Amino acid sequence: MTVGSLLYTDVEDDLRAAVSAFLTDRCQPSDVAALYDGAPVDAGLWRGLAHELGLAGLLVSEELGGAGASAREVAVVLEELGRTVAPVPFLTSSVIATQVLQESGSDLVQGVASGQDRVALVVPWSTAPGSDLPPLSVVEGALCGQVRSVAGVLDADLLLVPVPGDAGVDLYAVRASEVDARPVVSLDMSRPLADVDLTGAHGTVIASGPPGAIAVQRGLLWGAGLLASEQLGVARWCFDTTLAYVKERRQFGRAVGGFQALKHRLADLFVQVEGAAAAARYAAGVLADDADDVEVAVAVAQAHCSEIAVHVAEEAIQLHGGIGMTWEHPAHLYLKRAKACQIALGTAGWHRARLADLVDLPASAS
Amino acid sequence: MTAQDEMRRRVADFLAVHDPRSTPALEWLQARYDSGLAWVHFPLGHGGLGLPRPLQGEVDELFAAAGGHDNRPRVNMIGLGMAAPTILAFGTEAQKKRFLRPLWTGEEIWCQLFSEPGAGSDLAALGTRAVRDGDEWVVNGQKVWTSAAQNAQWAILVARTDPDRRKHAGITYFLCPMAQPGVDVRPLRQITGEAEFNEVFLTDVRISDEWRLGEEGNGWRIANTTLNNERLAIGGRPAPREDGMIGIVARNWREHPEHRTPDLHHQLMALWVEAEVARLTSIRLAQKLAAGQPGPEGSAMKLTFARISQALSGLELELNGADGLRYGDWTMTQPEELHFLAKDASYRYLRAKGNSIEGGTSEILKNVVSERVLGLPAEPRFDKDLPWKELER
Ligand SMILES: Cc1cc2nc3c(=O)[nH]c(=O)nc-3n(C[C@H](O)[C@H](O)[C@H](O)COP(=O)(O)OP(=O)(O)OC[C@H]3O[C@@H](n4cnc5c(N)ncnc54)[C@H](O)[C@@H]3O)c2cc1C
Repeated sequence: MTVGSLLYTDVEDDLRAAVSAFLTDRCQPSDVAALYDGAPVDAGLWRGLAHELGLAGLLVSEELGGAGASAREVAVVLEELGRTVAPVPFLTSSVIATQVLQESGSDLVQGVASGQDRVALVVPWSTAPGSDLPPLSVVEGALCGQVRSVAGVLDADLLLVPVPGDAGVDLYAVRASEVDARPVVSLDMSRPLADVDLTGAHGTVIASGPPGAIAVQRGLLWGAGLLASEQLGVARWCFDTTLAYVKERRQFGRAVGGFQALKHRLADLFVQVEGAAAAARYAAGVLADDADDVEVAVAVAQAHCSEIAVHVAEEAIQLHGGIGMTWEHPAHLYLKRAKACQIALGTAGWHRARLADLVDLPASAS
Repeated sequence: MTAQDEMRRRVADFLAVHDPRSTPALEWLQARYDSGLAWVHFPLGHGGLGLPRPLQGEVDELFAAAGGHDNRPRVNMIGLGMAAPTILAFGTEAQKKRFLRPLWTGEEIWCQLFSEPGAGSDLAALGTRAVRDGDEWVVNGQKVWTSAAQNAQWAILVARTDPDRRKHAGITYFLCPMAQPGVDVRPLRQITGEAEFNEVFLTDVRISDEWRLGEEGNGWRIANTTLNNERLAIGGRPAPREDGMIGIVARNWREHPEHRTPDLHHQLMALWVEAEVARLTSIRLAQKLAAGQPGPEGSAMKLTFARISQALSGLELELNGADGLRYGDWTMTQPEELHFLAKDASYRYLRAKGNSIEGGTSEILKNVVSERVLGLPAEPRFDKDLPWKELER
């Protein structure tokens, strides 16, 4: 199996620069911190990314009004969104829901591409690809049931509701106004969750049976694989910020980064973040090429990047000392995002177990 | 009669006369102090009986079982864990008489005015100045990360009294009344959303020389006694099996079979063993410390405590799955208690991050263990022998 480029093309660098410039201007840590105190998300942030930068339909083909870009470019955008812990529905709508719609062959994807519809897949944010979906039923044409801790629904226009059955999944497209989405006080308020009560909601079936199940799994698999790039962005911010701080913070008459104990810590973190970059880029490349190794690549990327993002964020707090424990310093925003991402779309342990099957390393003799 | 028998007899005699149900809390606590059953390892006349320290655990259990009033240990952690042993070791007879009883009963809450923006790990670099004026001291400076300052009547304070001497030599230790004019406490919000700690600005605060603890210039040595006790108070209390964070996670595991996976189980069991070993180590340490002041060994316990509580609280969120993504309440409040295990799992996860920073960071504690316990050479220092005022800041 050959490994394609794990670096960035010039086009990707330009895309990154544009996204980064926009976010630096529009999404300050203080804006993100304000979300924890109930400030509304600045609607202009997503509008700008979706319309000015045309990111909403990045993955949608050009015929359907999108940019026809690949997972590689999407990954670069996610790195920047992670780096700024930006409160936008790019991963939930433009990656996960978009892939579900594309796989279902639904023309609703055009609404995503035009930036008109934000779409969310209604599953708990902790749902891993390949794991069970929450039970829901349909009574006389109306949906029935609740789903806890769902990401991306609070500002969504359209919901994709998978109803698991014996023969696969019936996938309903439901207007957001049909359901009751109650905001949840979330560990990561930059991606706030909601409990969704679907009872009585009506929608249209866009896929059913085995194809419905495949569409949902594709969305989750792409979500997990590309979440790794967001985690890489989180880890990079934490690493860069910490490296700069230990060079500058003086105790005992010298920069604390000069103490060998800390030098070694930073060296370890560097190695781990570089590993995360390789794993995340590999997953993005394999998703882009729809290569055979996709499931392994995604499991490896999640198993590694989700742990590394948490570790680097925890180390950032530790190496900042007391100031790292304050609300004032942005490090906590990254810790909360990293920890929530670790649970999102399957924990590292879940992905390791999945990997064990894929690479034929069974846990026991049976 | 063994010390243990004597202690049990005294507790029983005390309870026979002072029924907690019919005695108001403060009166009952004062009587308990006066009977030497507050902290039995303290000397006679100061709330103790001069008995071995390990007996204290049983004393507290016996009183708790009898429905005894509580002296609000979580509100006054700094008073009980740090100020008291320091005052006992370095205070004059008058100071011990004045402070220890209301401290133990919880009438007076204490906080710790040590860290400054420029002096955290390097506490000896502190720049808060205390200048003598007759039989008073005038204090100016800024302290930071001061837990419980919003509730405290008194503070243990270290300040620079002689900038011409080397950094460790020019420091003096004071007991500072928090109600004094010029003490300005401003809440500082923490990553949990709460403002558990504060910034404290000191402007021309006058402290009577009566409240100086120990000799002028001896503050660094005294502060180390406080810090050794702090590290022990945070990390080293002998406890029953499955106490604290491991107990919470173990209960969660038993109550939620639906969350179990082999991977999480493996992690849980590894941490269960570590927690049990840490518990046995702290009992062993307490036995070694039966007499006298704790030394740097307590640092090792605090290191272990921080590592395990962080790992366990992180694991609990993974274990909770979709619920691990939720949080109780981000509203900024000023808690009355210092309680690492309070609230929900996400709170515990965030609060535990402070365990490896407060009371000396884990990096500093590893230096303490390697240099002061193991005798390994220190890293070269350029700042130790210069007069404080010549240090680069
Ligand atoms: C929750 C909480 C409660 C607190 N409560 C109080 C209180 O009530 N009263 C009070 O006085 N203080 C309190 N503190 C302050 C605490 O004691 C300091 O934060 C701590 O000593 C570290 O100092 P600093 O924050 O300045 O970090 P720094 O000293 O700047 O450290 C930054 C980083 O450098 C590392 N480092 C520094 N020197 C070395 C070295 N020689 N070798 C290797 N690594 C090194 C540190 O470990 C840390 O990771 C509290 C802190 C927290 C987080």
